[in-house]
Amino acid sequence: MQESEKELREVAKKLLLEKKVDLIIGYEEGTLPLRTRPIFIREADETKKLVWNFRCENNLCFYLKMAKERVGIVAKGCDIRSIIGLIKERQIKRENIFIIGVPCSGIIDRKKIEDILEGRELLEGIESDSQIILKGEGLEEKVDKDKLVHASCKSCKYRNPVLYDTLIGKEVSQGEGEEYSDVEEFASKSDNERWAYFNDEASRCIRCYACRNVCPACYCPQCFVDQSLPTWFGRTLHPSDTLIFHIIRTLHIAGRCVDCGACSRVCPMNIELRMLNKKAEKDVKELYHYEAGISLEELPPMATFKMDDPQEFIK
Amino acid sequence: MRKGDRLKEKIIKKEQIGKWLEKLGKDYEIWAPVKKNGLVSFYPIQSAKEIYFDFLNSKKTPKDLFFPQSEVLLSFPKEEVGKEVKTILQKPRIIFAIRPCDAKSLALLDQVFDSEDYQDPYYVERREGILLVGLACTHPQQSCFCTSVGGGPFEKAHLDLVMADLGDGKYFVEALTQLGEGLMQRDDSLQDVQEKDREKLAKTKEEAEEKVKSKLVTKGLEKKLDKIFDSPLWDRVHQRCLGCGICTYLCSTCHCFALLDEKDKARVKRIRNWDSCMFPEFTVEASGHNPRISNRERMRQRVMHKFNYFVERYGETACVGCGRCIQSCPVNIDIREIIEEIRNE
Repeated sequence: MQESEKELREVAKKLLLEKKVDLIIGYEEGTLPLRTRPIFIREADETKKLVWNFRCENNLCFYLKMAKERVGIVAKGCDIRSIIGLIKERQIKRENIFIIGVPCSGIIDRKKIEDILEGRELLEGIESDSQIILKGEGLEEKVDKDKLVHASCKSCKYRNPVLYDTLIGKEVSQGEGEEYSDVEEFASKSDNERWAYFNDEASRCIRCYACRNVCPACYCPQCFVDQSLPTWFGRTLHPSDTLIFHIIRTLHIAGRCVDCGACSRVCPMNIELRMLNKKAEKDVKELYHYEAGISLEELPPMATFKMDDPQEFIK
Repeated sequence: MRKGDRLKEKIIKKEQIGKWLEKLGKDYEIWAPVKKNGLVSFYPIQSAKEIYFDFLNSKKTPKDLFFPQSEVLLSFPKEEVGKEVKTILQKPRIIFAIRPCDAKSLALLDQVFDSEDYQDPYYVERREGILLVGLACTHPQQSCFCTSVGGGPFEKAHLDLVMADLGDGKYFVEALTQLGEGLMQRDDSLQDVQEKDREKLAKTKEEAEEKVKSKLVTKGLEKKLDKIFDSPLWDRVHQRCLGCGICTYLCSTCHCFALLDEKDKARVKRIRNWDSCMFPEFTVEASGHNPRISNRERMRQRVMHKFNYFVERYGETACVGCGRCIQSCPVNIDIREIIEEIRNE
């Protein structure tokens, strides 16, 4: 881990010194235990602040959406799939992006740490390659990193970048691969049970829109939910308003979502709607044999028509 | 200490709290911190067993009990235009175990919603019907800075009654208003305070105050902000911002809202919803022009409102140092750093 961090800093420094990029977007240490955060570097000297570890939870593609310069971006496998989506949908230009690919064996889910803490405050987190020591008042607990890995990372089979300009460190072993057993199990439940689950999740929504804002696939200049002339959707906390927002967002990103998990990580209310996105991903895969963010050439299924596309819905 | 003061102080054992609340529950609807889906928030409770006493602070602030995130202000059948329907509390309420910082935020909201110039009837009605039973904060977090903005973990201001966990299964209870005294007198099994309880209280308070490690100098900040409206500082501090509404919606003092009229086949409703200065639509004008064009202007507005405009208008900072914005920001934007940067500018 430390070696790749060193390599990352050197690569970033060189890119700035040789003026190959104007800006490096990466991660630095944050102000709270175990937190990292995005950093924007224009001066070569500043690259020493860059870090790379399994706490680098943010998907930095949000910042590419508005970048007007040549940008070097530190990107994990899922982030790179997001970048491919943005290039394909002509939101960014390939030649403006220098991808510093980092093989990633999964990032940790802070919500799992919170479960272990059971309300106690984390005062310090010490990490090694495979473990984290959680320290607080009357608390010292060693936890295997594997137990804290985010659900999206567990099944990820693109831990090694599919597209990059330079690769940092060594390739890692892939995740378990797609696993839709949870989606299938959920789909087998009754309508009422599924409806109750989604209502319960949506009932906690505070409409902060962090899930949408952080999503690399959500880049509409004005989201349908924000339009007021006319107002398409109500702004209340009633599930008929909040749930419809989440459902429509799922449909909008179907065939485009790369399951980076950023939406669930940013949610302050622990809303878990990954099931919806996974179902959409599964459907697109089955219907169109398509996976988002894998190649720059393959045309997106929602933007193309093939004579052999499934047409059962036409009666 | 006068004799009368001593009568306003009692000791309650943790196991007695249930009985006490049961008695209070006959006349009041009691809202207390409850843990659901891994998050602590205030919910109406039937029994003290539901209360999560060891919470650091609630995820959402209790402000929505006074100023709900979404509230129908008017509703009428289409034919009966003008008939007003007002929300009325079914029963007076107690907010049990509110933290001192959140109590302070209500005092700040009072200045906005219940001033001499303007009274918001919806807010005022709730505020008058709600008693505040505080729980002193024995575990301030790393991100807390209440002592830098005029508060403290054992601050009693704006509460009707305050409780402090003495750590030995006993709580020190102090009535601060007549209403608070009334709540205390409901249960005659509360015990008298012994000298050692008082010593324990002083010690617990001192320990709690020591835990508030973040010290910020906020004095004079408003004057500094007057001078740096166009500073490049704002280019730096907003860079990471995703433009979501977490910091505003979890803030205990943010209070902006938008009115929206809705109609369906039968009824017309006028609804007040929270709004956030971090959203682009917040300032879109009828012409389509938006004076706050990017996150830079929006974040500046948020800081200016809390540490300059509010101070100018009401004489106090619109921040109670609860640290919720720091804890929940997905990209770790830390208001303490921003304040430091402003001071150093």
